[in-house]
Amino acid sequence: MATHKIKVTVNGAPREAEVESRLLLVHLLREDFRLTGTHIGCDTTHCGACTVLLDGQPVKSCTVLAVQADGRQVATVEGLEKDGKLHPVQEGFWQEHGLQCGYCTPGMMMTSCALLARNANPSEPEIREAISGNLCRCTGYLNIVKAVQYAAAKQKEGVHVA
Amino acid sequence: MIPAAFDYHAPTTLKEAVALLSQHKDSAKVLSGGQSLLPLLKLRLGQAGHLVDIGRIPGLEYIKEEGGMLKIGGRTRESTLERSELVRARYPILSDTAQVIADPLVRNMATVGGNLAHGDPGNDHPATMIALGAQVVAVGPKGERVIQIDDFFLGLFQTALQADEILTEIRVPTPPARSGGAYFKLERKVGDYATAAAAAQITLGPSGAVERVGLALTNVGPKPVRSATAEKHLAGKKPDAASIGEAARLVAQASSPSADRRGSVDYKREMARVMAVRALTRAVERAGGR
Repeated sequence: MATHKIKVTVNGAPREAEVESRLLLVHLLREDFRLTGTHIGCDTTHCGACTVLLDGQPVKSCTVLAVQADGRQVATVEGLEKDGKLHPVQEGFWQEHGLQCGYCTPGMMMTSCALLARNANPSEPEIREAISGNLCRCTGYLNIVKAVQYAAAKQKEGVHVA
Repeated sequence: MIPAAFDYHAPTTLKEAVALLSQHKDSAKVLSGGQSLLPLLKLRLGQAGHLVDIGRIPGLEYIKEEGGMLKIGGRTRESTLERSELVRARYPILSDTAQVIADPLVRNMATVGGNLAHGDPGNDHPATMIALGAQVVAVGPKGERVIQIDDFFLGLFQTALQADEILTEIRVPTPPARSGGAYFKLERKVGDYATAAAAAQITLGPSGAVERVGLALTNVGPKPVRSATAEKHLAGKKPDAASIGEAARLVAQASSPSADRRGSVDYKREMARVMAVRALTRAVERAGGR
């Protein structure tokens, strides 16, 4: 079986890899690029722990082939913090206690970033709808919703989000 | 989980894609959004020697009205359909449907063409497209052909598409004035397949009687369920609680669900009836019928 040379921009930096056809994007990120902030949860397209942004859209990276990302932009949780300063979404999850075990958090935050990029002032139902493909088994979602609201408010103060 | 090894092809023209499919025949699968295919390969419920990714072929993602039809490119993402103002304003049954397919992350990859071509009775667009009287366009080695949606779903995971054909477009006739449609789905949680779901599309005549009705059910049989008897019952009648109730009963009667974790046969048939009542009622409201 042939392998493929691919070029992917990850968190703004160009990366290259030679991959098998069947390699999943989540494995490319975690194993080839050693970006282990993206988690593998259910591995069956349900839980959203592996959520990354592909050309700005949140997708489940356990259900995308690495070769499908060739020539495209991928954003992972590692790219959120800039120059030692937390992204407003990260700050929101911290301030509002939007996590307990933290397993779903990277995916939850990537989905939240994408939501805020297309809707700067989401209502609570809009937030809940947006994160409905990300499962959290600890929090009951209440603090996650508050974390996103915190980030939205922070964004209004002029902080650039996503 | 890692799929069994396969070769991946990323053609940049339809011609090239069709040639690859013709060359590899039954060992090839078309990769569109991959949200059904990749899980099947990962779980090793399905196998493919070759994946032909149609995602690098330009010009397959669009939503436009043209010649009395809504034309949807086969590669159009569910999230695009869901957010389309044109669709929301003029084809609300399609917005209803897109919003309840899997979850928002899956919808960023999943495509409308893939939802139909997969032939899964649990998928939501088949019933909707039947209610709308849609057509699909398939491109193969001999060129293009148009398939009526009623001739498209042959059975469980079986469609009229040949192994070397690609679904490139869905065509929905633009409904006349005083038309409305709706899709209602009962699901245990976000992302689940329907326990039962119903799609209804109605056109009312000048007197307020039903002029045309399309009614179909999701996931209560090996393929989408349509009942001519149910539709005939409504045609020409005022769409009131009695006529809607009877049509819903008739279409549910035509279903053949199987028992699983989502419920027993009787429960699913009853839920199909309830969803049909709700879809028909909302369709009539949207048609301006009350």
